[in-house]
Amino acid sequence: MQIARVIGDVVATRKDDSLTGITLLVVQPLAADRQPVGRPLVAVDAVGAGVGEHVFFVRGKEASFPFYPVEPPVDAGIVGIIDHWDVG
Amino acid sequence: MQIGRVVGTVVATQKHRKFEGAKLLLVQPLNIDDTPRGAALLAVDGVGAGVDEKVLVVLEGRAAGEALGKKAAPVDAAIIGIIDRVDVVD
Repeated sequence: MQIARVIGDVVATRKDDSLTGITLLVVQPLAADRQPVGRPLVAVDAVGAGVGEHVFFVRGKEASFPFYPVEPPVDAGIVGIIDHWDVG
Repeated sequence: MQIGRVVGTVVATQKHRKFEGAKLLLVQPLNIDDTPRGAALLAVDGVGAGVDEKVLVVLEGRAAGEALGKKAAPVDAAIIGIIDRVDVVD
């Protein structure tokens, strides 16, 4: 899992049927010092996250598990909203 | 998932049987500001996308196979949505 900040959302009317009702958000991965690291990506939202929030997300087929038994074809999914984090 | 733009179509007569009936599109990955990033890639189309459309691309084997509706398909990228709009705050 990785920490990220939600920086936007994606609207797609025509999509895979199994994605119906699922929110697509743009996330920017963050380093432990809260600086952006790497490039933004699109993730499905399993926890009701919103723009501006810090979240953690999972990569891979596992991103579809929160929607089981539906298996949307996704490779990144937000699975938690972070209240706060502290480093050393 | 990554955002990309469909830049071409690909025709291949001789291919693995799991590709039968699949549409292959050439997709140029985009940065969040719509500038091109990296090399174009081949993705199977699960939604009926066309050239010039902005699309959502999944880059993971099993998920791409899911989009194609076939188990154990030798694919690693699939178009899963046609993007109407991306709103980025900052």
